[in-house]
Amino acid sequence: MMERLTGAERQIALMICVVMAIVGLVMAAAGRGDPMGSHGAIVLIAAGIVTCFVLRAIGEPEPAEDRTTSYYDDPTKAGLVIALFWAVVGMGMGVWVAAQLAWPDLRFDAAWSSFGRIRPVHTSGVIFGFGGNALIATSYHVMQRTSRARLAGHVSPWFVLLGFNLFCIVAASGYLMGVTQSKEYAEPEWYADIWLVIVWVVYFVLYIRTLARRNEPHIYVANWYYLAFILVVAILHIVNNLAVPASLTGAKSYSAFAGVQDAMTQWWYGHNAVAFFLTAGFLGMLYYFLPKRAERPIYSYRLSILSFWGIVFFYIWAGSHHLHYTALPQWVQTLGMTFSVMLLVPSWASAGNALMTLNGAWHKVRDDATLRFMMVAAVFYGLSTFEGSFMAVRAVNSLSHYTDWTVGHVHAGAMGWVALITFGSIYSVVPLLWKRETMYSWKLVEWHFWLALAGTVIYVFAMWNSGIVQGLMWRTYTDSGTLAYSFTDTLVAMHPYYVARACGGALFLTGAILAAYNVYMTIRHAPEKRPERDYPTSSEATEPAVPAAE
Amino acid sequence: MFRKILSPFARLFEFHARTHYRTERHSMALTLGIIVAAGVGGFVEIAPLFTIDETVEAAPDMRLYTPLEQAGRDIYIREGCYACHSQMIRTLQDEVDRYGPYSLAVESQYDHPMLWGSKRTGPDLARLGNKYSDDWHVRHLVDPRAVVPESVMPQYAFLLDRTLETESLPDRLAALRAVGVPYSDEQIDNADADARGQARPDTDAADGVSKRYGDATSVRHFDGQRDRVTEMDALVAYLQILGGLTDAAFANQPPGED
Repeated sequence: MMERLTGAERQIALMICVVMAIVGLVMAAAGRGDPMGSHGAIVLIAAGIVTCFVLRAIGEPEPAEDRTTSYYDDPTKAGLVIALFWAVVGMGMGVWVAAQLAWPDLRFDAAWSSFGRIRPVHTSGVIFGFGGNALIATSYHVMQRTSRARLAGHVSPWFVLLGFNLFCIVAASGYLMGVTQSKEYAEPEWYADIWLVIVWVVYFVLYIRTLARRNEPHIYVANWYYLAFILVVAILHIVNNLAVPASLTGAKSYSAFAGVQDAMTQWWYGHNAVAFFLTAGFLGMLYYFLPKRAERPIYSYRLSILSFWGIVFFYIWAGSHHLHYTALPQWVQTLGMTFSVMLLVPSWASAGNALMTLNGAWHKVRDDATLRFMMVAAVFYGLSTFEGSFMAVRAVNSLSHYTDWTVGHVHAGAMGWVALITFGSIYSVVPLLWKRETMYSWKLVEWHFWLALAGTVIYVFAMWNSGIVQGLMWRTYTDSGTLAYSFTDTLVAMHPYYVARACGGALFLTGAILAAYNVYMTIRHAPEKRPERDYPTSSEATEPAVPAAE
Repeated sequence: MFRKILSPFARLFEFHARTHYRTERHSMALTLGIIVAAGVGGFVEIAPLFTIDETVEAAPDMRLYTPLEQAGRDIYIREGCYACHSQMIRTLQDEVDRYGPYSLAVESQYDHPMLWGSKRTGPDLARLGNKYSDDWHVRHLVDPRAVVPESVMPQYAFLLDRTLETESLPDRLAALRAVGVPYSDEQIDNADADARGQARPDTDAADGVSKRYGDATSVRHFDGQRDRVTEMDALVAYLQILGGLTDAAFANQPPGED
């Protein structure tokens, strides 16, 4: 893939690899005897692998293509394949942790395999590994098409993609070694956090520079969302990860915040990781791939504006609903609840906008499993945002908090919305990028759809039941005024639901494996077809970037 | 009439859409707009927590974690215990009845980071200290199902075989001081010896612990092994101090909410 870089670009890539290798070497030497040393070795190996790829291309002749007449899709392709890899790893880990709760002996007694250590491998694997790579890859695709311009740069997209994956690998391997800040969804330690900031700044610059090249006066809605995703995730990440390392030669650090301030900062981060990583970015996907696949224009431009700014403004306030009835001052809890409820308006505006876009194309939803993925994703988006606002109400939260209801809610969003929209986008973009007629097997797409839907529904129903049952048992009193159930009693009641949850997750994982296989076979065996008009142009008439309003 | 009421809103909406149509041509305008819109909420909710004094109660008897307890806390974090155990008793009556007085902000004043948790796959641990014996904790951590047959907790027998690494403790306490925990120079300099002394009451190092952290500090063989200081010692020492840094929560607490 590196053959398409010019000689100068190959040299820059090589220099970056050398610098990374030196950084890895220094980390490995300085952090001997500490997990940081192992991370140094990982960085060194990763830099070595990329160096091999670059070196293989370094003697090749310069590329002859005219770069103004095509899009640059190599990093997108790589990103999609990596995303599918992480999907299988992350969801596989998910099934394993779920199974451990039903059958604790499945931990097999190693230090690294306990629930506490592999649970973040699951969460980071699916959120950052699967979701993050899918976001980066699709953002490259969408920004080029909606700007009708090629990516601004050929080394930086690779730097962002591979650098981000290095972060993911360092994070996941760190959890297994016990390296964690204990902040949920922000577990990686200080050096990984600093590295992510560097990657993210390059990502932002690449995005803005590509937008600056556009042959289209307006910046399309999808790009607003991707931009919000990049910007706000950067702010959240930097603030929540402020910490002082115990030593520059070790992984351990201590958060700059303590107690109640730390709790608020963490859930300001945690909830907005949901908002800007798992919602804004994926709404960017939805706003591009759904109208494109349905061949219908977005239903309402104004609803897009309303929902976009509503989400950006309201979401940030909502984090404190994770801390109802705690030692957090009540005024903050009340603000969090109020804004969480108001958040329903922009959320449903987005979901409604997506579903209304399908008017006139419902027969396609029936026939085309790819479009059905996106439709069901929009429905789950609507359902889980309603549930989220509902659970943010103090009285409801008193029951739901600390129980599996929260877990069920998260998975309704993560499986039903985030994963389904991602799979829908992957199925619609893979044939185009690899210049294939269609996916290798539409039957497998259909199978994947029903497996994913069944898995999600089983999972979510199991967690609703277990969460509500446990919440009610915790607060049940006997006639004599004592608590009716011990904690252990409530745990025993969870067992059947934990078994059902593991089964639901296994179905969902099976679907993801089918997707990976189907994509592999599409790349290898599907018949070729040159896509029409998939190149930069300054003319709206030859190729509208997205279906235009009639 | 309905129309009349709505018309100013409709005009505003119309104006907004037109303005937006013009500004969305500028990537930097969008960038600034996003930063401002997303910045407000966080600023309004987080910044005052550092400035309003009532946010954290006063507790003159509040003590710091000893180096051994801090080492145990770091192990608690390393093993991801927070994924299943909260340390935050809410103000609800059933939680107060089940776990004890509800948690106050001051109790985690020096917790970098806080471990309030978000899920109770296992019970809350905010008031775990002194509820069970050291021996119970050791046996429970070595094989949870031998003590509680229905438990789904992983076993942590390996902690009993691992010698506690204490050389980095002065650095760790110094980092904690940098973020606001008031450790003295003496406490930082002796952190290594104090950590080992707290788990070996029969050695000279044990006296320093009581001197620097108060006579009420527990100095004993937490894991039952007399000859060495293990990670089990540290973790049990930490579990036994949970809820015991201050008595503030036990004084005149109003009843919980139903």
